[in-house]
Amino acid sequence: MPEGADTSIAGLRGELTATAASLLSELEALGRIISDTRAQVTALRATDSAATFIPTATDELAAIVQHTAAATHEIIDTCEALESLAGRVPEAADVLQQATTRIYEACAFQDITGQRIAKVVAALQAIEARVGRVKEAVEMPAESASPSLLNGPQLPGTGVSQSDIDALFD
Amino acid sequence: MTTARNIKVLVVDDYKTMTRIIRNLLKQIDFNDTDEAADGNEALAKLRGGNFGLVISDWNMEPMTGLELLKEIRADAKLRHLPFIMVTAESKTENVVAAKQAGVSNYIVKPFNAETLREKIEKVLAHA
Repeated sequence: MPEGADTSIAGLRGELTATAASLLSELEALGRIISDTRAQVTALRATDSAATFIPTATDELAAIVQHTAAATHEIIDTCEALESLAGRVPEAADVLQQATTRIYEACAFQDITGQRIAKVVAALQAIEARVGRVKEAVEMPAESASPSLLNGPQLPGTGVSQSDIDALFD
Repeated sequence: MTTARNIKVLVVDDYKTMTRIIRNLLKQIDFNDTDEAADGNEALAKLRGGNFGLVISDWNMEPMTGLELLKEIRADAKLRHLPFIMVTAESKTENVVAAKQAGVSNYIVKPFNAETLREKIEKVLAHA
């Protein structure tokens, strides 16, 4: 080996070692980021399972709209019945009409709240779609809610009716 | 306004509660001849087949919005002069401007009361 060549190789080795060290450092940093991200996604699964909670929330909101619409129709039915009585009690007709007018005006809340809830549902669905994509990326298995918990009011068409429950106690 | 109150009014809204509310309020201010449609397409069919003197329509409907319905009406030779009141929760300036440019007769923001409805209808019919 010619004189000086050993020194050049040593220098080259030194450079390679520095590059490798830098690469190793980058890889370690990347590893920490991946580990942190996994921990965050796992925490998300533990506290807020988008696979169940968000669809449930949208269903609950849809049920609110359905229930308030049904209640509003009943209020309007009752107002119409009161109005039909106005002819029989002429002395109270004006007061009756003023009262029913105020009730009709107030019933418009159902339309306004319905539109606002529809916006919230759209936002939740957008969040659900994004969280779903993150979950797919980290291949997390879906987690269901604890079966030991009660889930609050049943949505229309689900659960059993009061008469079905009463039948169980007869 | 006795003559004006004899006109037939078409109420267009995809919220059944809202059509019921508006029709009841119209009845209370003596507009007794009313009909309803749940969207723009149904409204156009009724308007082309009936003798209506006023349209009160919501903006947010599918598949045809209130604005699209208004444009269809203004483009129809037989319906183009029909008074049209937009009733909507959308109160952004650009929406009002778009409706005005499309030829809306007046614009009511929800929630509203019977007095506002009466006032706008009378104003529109006075210029019809």
